[in-house]
Amino acid sequence: MPFIPLFFALPLFTAFLIPILAKIYKPLVWILTILVSFILFIVALYGVAATHHIPMIVYKMGNWPPPLGIVMAYDSFSAFMSLIISIIVFTCSLFSVRFLNPYTGKWKFYTLFMLMTAGMMGMVITGDLFNMFVFLEIAAISSYALVAFGLEPEQLEGSFKYMVMGEIGGLTFLLAIAFIYAKTSTLNLADIASSLQMVRHTTFFWTALGIIIFAFSIKAALVPFHSWCPDAYPAAPAPISGLLAGICTKVFGIYTIARLVFNIFGLTRSSEPMFFDFLIGAGLLSIVFAGLTALNQKDYKRLLAYSSISQVGFIMLGFGIGNYYGVLGAIFYILAHSFAKALLFLTSGSVVNATGSRDIKKLAGLGERMPTTAWSFRIGALSVIGLPPLVGFFAKLFIILGAIKAGYLWLAIVTGGLSILSLAYLLKIENNVFMKKSKIKAKESPFTMRVSMVFLVILIVIVGIAFQQIIDTLIGPATQALLRGLEYSHLVFSYFSMNF
Amino acid sequence: MIIFASCIILFLIGLYAIVTKRNLIKIAIGFALIEYSVNLLFALIGFRRDALAPIITQLNVPHKFVDPIPQALVLTAIVIALGTTALMLTVILRIYNRYKTFDIAEIKKLRG
Amino acid sequence: MKGMSLIVKTITNIIIGFIFIYGLYIILHGHLTPGGGFAGGVIIAGAFVVRFLAFGSEMSSEKKLSKTASVFESIGGLLFIGIAILGLFLAGTFFLNFLPKGTPLHLWSAGIIPFCNIAIGIKVGAGLFSIFLALAAIKYVMEE
Repeated sequence: MPFIPLFFALPLFTAFLIPILAKIYKPLVWILTILVSFILFIVALYGVAATHHIPMIVYKMGNWPPPLGIVMAYDSFSAFMSLIISIIVFTCSLFSVRFLNPYTGKWKFYTLFMLMTAGMMGMVITGDLFNMFVFLEIAAISSYALVAFGLEPEQLEGSFKYMVMGEIGGLTFLLAIAFIYAKTSTLNLADIASSLQMVRHTTFFWTALGIIIFAFSIKAALVPFHSWCPDAYPAAPAPISGLLAGICTKVFGIYTIARLVFNIFGLTRSSEPMFFDFLIGAGLLSIVFAGLTALNQKDYKRLLAYSSISQVGFIMLGFGIGNYYGVLGAIFYILAHSFAKALLFLTSGSVVNATGSRDIKKLAGLGERMPTTAWSFRIGALSVIGLPPLVGFFAKLFIILGAIKAGYLWLAIVTGGLSILSLAYLLKIENNVFMKKSKIKAKESPFTMRVSMVFLVILIVIVGIAFQQIIDTLIGPATQALLRGLEYSHLVFSYFSMNF
Repeated sequence: MIIFASCIILFLIGLYAIVTKRNLIKIAIGFALIEYSVNLLFALIGFRRDALAPIITQLNVPHKFVDPIPQALVLTAIVIALGTTALMLTVILRIYNRYKTFDIAEIKKLRG
Repeated sequence: MKGMSLIVKTITNIIIGFIFIYGLYIILHGHLTPGGGFAGGVIIAGAFVVRFLAFGSEMSSEKKLSKTASVFESIGGLLFIGIAILGLFLAGTFFLNFLPKGTPLHLWSAGIIPFCNIAIGIKVGAGLFSIFLALAAIKYVMEE
């Protein structure tokens, strides 16, 4: 059963079907969106199970063999990312059913939403460099339009800043593709991997790698290219903030950097220690700078945006450590941070829906009037800080273990200490918004919004308690897929001569 | 070699326009410059000496052809740039309707 | 939005038929000559833009034109994805070229490529016309 093209064909088909359905019967639009997200979740689960037997599944588009045609190379890391994308998309689409009531033209939101899903899914499963660029631009342009959805002045300004910086990143990636094509004459990722080994460690190699890291650091909001992030996240409507912070920075920036550095350029800790130390430095810079700036924010969502930038620094730290436990911790942190940060942004959407303001100084005492929102916020914040047995604790534990095993004892102590920063700024929100005496009239959120928040809370708790099974089935194979390095190209080419 | 260097110089001129200019429309023009330079670089990479355009008009007449893959990539990149430019201009128009100015230093409702 | 003078209207009435036919020629011969779906779609959108500029909104209002363009855009997109998924169901691989390929260098050849070109041409034409309406008629859109 060829399930791989379903990942991006189904959301694309739905995106084109929605404008016609909106003229016939309006509620069909969100019913179809939630149904399609659920089907994608089931297919992603099937994909994770399938990559246990076969380490990589290669699908030829139009039956053209590689390297002539475009192929989809689906291994365990792609399966893991597609599962996370489908979970967050399902939750945010469930949340946005009631949240969008004050907006007009709701079907346009769902079309752009499905286009963004198709773009992100296509990016994580493709095995062709220019195909990755095309899907990146599809998803990025849809996200620029979604951030500006309400047409308020703040939203337009945030969307414009996001658009300018995001497009610079995308076009610089196109420049890097031009350089790589000039040298290797092919666009297939596996073929590029084997061709680049012949020019390893020359000036061209480091130039191409430098341009690619620059382009994707803009998209992943790493310091010092992060300035679009604190303007775009607060301005966007809450389900879009949840989607952006939950998966967009990770899929656009972190997945591509990991895939290109480990599998295509073939760098390992033992052969290029200086490059990995540079990644550790970039991660530490993000954590410290964004964490300190988050301490004196007065806007609920802007504080959460700086917190996101800080946590993405942890993921880069994990990749920079480079051994098995470091990369395991980084990938586990991708999962932990997606769930927790999406949950925190959804609680902010619930607060905005009930009270209409994002200023921490004005909100007070919502803890007794909105108990579901308050407890969801507390569980999400505890996961970000790293309290056992929630999932964030195990992710940080593996990164610290990796640092100790690589001999960086000072790094382990510093990582543990920096979690106190997260405690400080999240406690600020908790104290001001959910404790204190109540001064504002606020009602609890509607049922579907509460269901989506509780769904994420249950997932965080279950994945935290059952962490050993999750590592064996999901994260361990993903780490092996990345650390395999140049075996990636051998697996792609030998797929058609193996018989199962 | 000098041709590729001039494409990179055009890219840097476009980047300079985006970073330093204060008018919103000039930022959009800077984007157009960057897109032109990258597409030009792509099309120039496929050039081969003494070769024809890659269109087959008669069968069984072998000849050297220019590389057709960069031309397909440039076509796709032009379409993507069209979508981005259209979205950017629409957002600029709506910003003008709300803020009544094109100056980027006046547009600072989000700060902190 | 007001139209233009009588001379412009008369010439436009004659010219837009030729522009439309030229765009259709470039779409249909996409597998033989340079051009294809996107370039032909842009020319077709150009025909509609010239008609709107010359006649103004006296003949048909912007809202009705915008809705019609949106429906055509969806039809074009659905046709393209439908051809790709038909390749999956009828012949086994996504996007497979499953129609008979005929003799090369004739109009009826190369499998599904002419149909994909037509779908892209419809979508690009309608899409560019919607972009033009969104940018040029924004005063009217803002009053809703």
